[in-house]
Amino acid sequence: MYTYTDFDEAFVRTRVAQFRGQVARRIDGSLTEDEFKPLRLMNGLYLQLHAYMLRVAVPYGTLNPAQMRQLAYIADRWDKGYGHFTTRQNIQYNWPKLRDVPDMLDALADVGMHAIQTSGNTIRNVTADHFAGAAADEIEDPRAIAELLRQWSTDHPEFQFLPRKFKIAVTGAAHDRAVTKAHDIGLRMVRNDAGEPGFEVIVGGGLGRTPMVGKVLRAFLPKADLLPYCEAIVSVYNLLGRRDNKYKARIKITVHENGLEKMQELVEARFADIRDGFTGHDQALLAEIEAAFAPPAFVTKPTDGYEAARLANPAFRSWSDTNLSAHKAEGYAIVSISIKKHGATPGDATSDQMRVMADLAEQYGHGELRISHEQNVILPHVHKSDLPAVYAALREADLATANIGLASDIIACPGMDYCALATARSIPIAQEIATRFDELKIEHEIGQLKIKISGCINACGHHHVGHIGILGLDRAGVENYQITLGGDGTETTTIGERAGPGFSADEIVPAIERLVTGYLSLRQDADETFLQAYRRLGMEPFKAILYPREDKANAA
Amino acid sequence: MPRSFTPKVVTANALLEGDAVWLTEADTWTRDIREAEYITDEAHADIRLLEAQARKHEIAGAYLAEATAGAKGPEPTHFREAFRTRGPSNYNHGKQAETQSRT
Repeated sequence: MYTYTDFDEAFVRTRVAQFRGQVARRIDGSLTEDEFKPLRLMNGLYLQLHAYMLRVAVPYGTLNPAQMRQLAYIADRWDKGYGHFTTRQNIQYNWPKLRDVPDMLDALADVGMHAIQTSGNTIRNVTADHFAGAAADEIEDPRAIAELLRQWSTDHPEFQFLPRKFKIAVTGAAHDRAVTKAHDIGLRMVRNDAGEPGFEVIVGGGLGRTPMVGKVLRAFLPKADLLPYCEAIVSVYNLLGRRDNKYKARIKITVHENGLEKMQELVEARFADIRDGFTGHDQALLAEIEAAFAPPAFVTKPTDGYEAARLANPAFRSWSDTNLSAHKAEGYAIVSISIKKHGATPGDATSDQMRVMADLAEQYGHGELRISHEQNVILPHVHKSDLPAVYAALREADLATANIGLASDIIACPGMDYCALATARSIPIAQEIATRFDELKIEHEIGQLKIKISGCINACGHHHVGHIGILGLDRAGVENYQITLGGDGTETTTIGERAGPGFSADEIVPAIERLVTGYLSLRQDADETFLQAYRRLGMEPFKAILYPREDKANAA
Repeated sequence: MPRSFTPKVVTANALLEGDAVWLTEADTWTRDIREAEYITDEAHADIRLLEAQARKHEIAGAYLAEATAGAKGPEPTHFREAFRTRGPSNYNHGKQAETQSRT
């Protein structure tokens, strides 16, 4: 893992000291809220419905055990003993007091973390495949590039006042777990005809009120050109992007209004202008960063104990069937720890749970943890012989829910329980759906299903790319939930289609149940997933299930 | 025809704690909406909002919120404002927890 240099450390400490002064001046009245707001947003501090909220960057979703323990300490000392993992691989604290925030930021700096550029019209935390460095289907670990992008974008003088926020995602694998096509820039590692690794550069994807699938700006970009090329893209956007209307300011609109060809022309021209300015320092730096991300020293040992435990313990077998993924190293597995216990808040972990996960990473996981955009925690490198012990410890900590990728593994934004922008609640809907599927005991039968819930049109809950998406709206002063179907956030990214009129808070959970049980009778066989069945059959049969005729007759 | 004025309360977030507060007739900030000044006159509402906004080192983001007259004082009419009087629905945190500890 990358560790801070003296330069990083000094930069972050200086920023904390500046913010400490700004908070003091706000409290003594020398700064107004209008003056203070951009300063606090630059440091990840929001003012929400019930309290301030501090959004802490987890760069490309990677944490070491000491960092995870510090997040637990911060939760206990200055918040309410828990943290919320977000769909951008970050962690949010929902209850900080203004006076305490500089101390929280200092505590983060103690472990090489910060909240810089987690808000505002800047380049935000760079996200990455949460299986990076471990996935069996990976060309290279994309985190070295993500760290290079982090260093380049942090406090980049040209890009502190972009037309709107700017999000970059990176993956090194063929299967896209990083939703790269729904980002301002998506980078997918590919090989050219000569077998050299480089990037497919995707631009102009995004969700929100105008969802768009990203378009390929460059089919193959050599690795060495990555930084100047990204700088060219952001630089073109900075001048061309609209500043007259914040709803039309994201690069997806810039691409849409100007066309991909014009973007290509402008970016290539800008790239040609600035390419020579990158004299190789970036490549020297990248080599250093790559060394920091060298794979851990994997060990070879027998896996008999794992196989025996699977035979002996059905609960362990069920968990290992759902929560493990293929690892590139022989004898290893990637463990996804579900932060989606049935009925609990998606993405919320208590400080005790954070400490347990940190201990497990240290003892069995080569000291690495990841936060996934699906709001779970990953132990990327666990030897199979250690899985029974890991499972037992997770069970003790109430972290052994066997539901990764299933109906109750729901993404939900904080919604109107916390967020000042929300138009309806998301969390209780997620809690009720998960509880209901647990009662029915059918989620393993249903198989792979991604339900994603957003509490407003901004789509932090990625509802557009959920197989089933739920969007919470305010309809004449009442919470109302719209369903979209057929969304997909992988390499075959598709924006879901709206099924029809929305449902009230009381109707939405039964509607989802009807839809999913209806799918069970529509599918060809047990291997056909919800998404595959939808793609084969189209909207009509699902619509008929959601809006039965008698309901229409009653309503008329 | 202009829409008729509906009753309001002045609300904001407290500067230090960040939680919801309401302006009282006595020019103090209360954490209980029932103690808020119930405003039925549009011109008076505008003045009270301006006065609230001027108190910038006590609060942030003052605005007028719809309210209705309840037995014990003003009550919210919209669900968003109702949540602000209680706290989140997934934990017993925020005002709902504080109210319990006081009684």
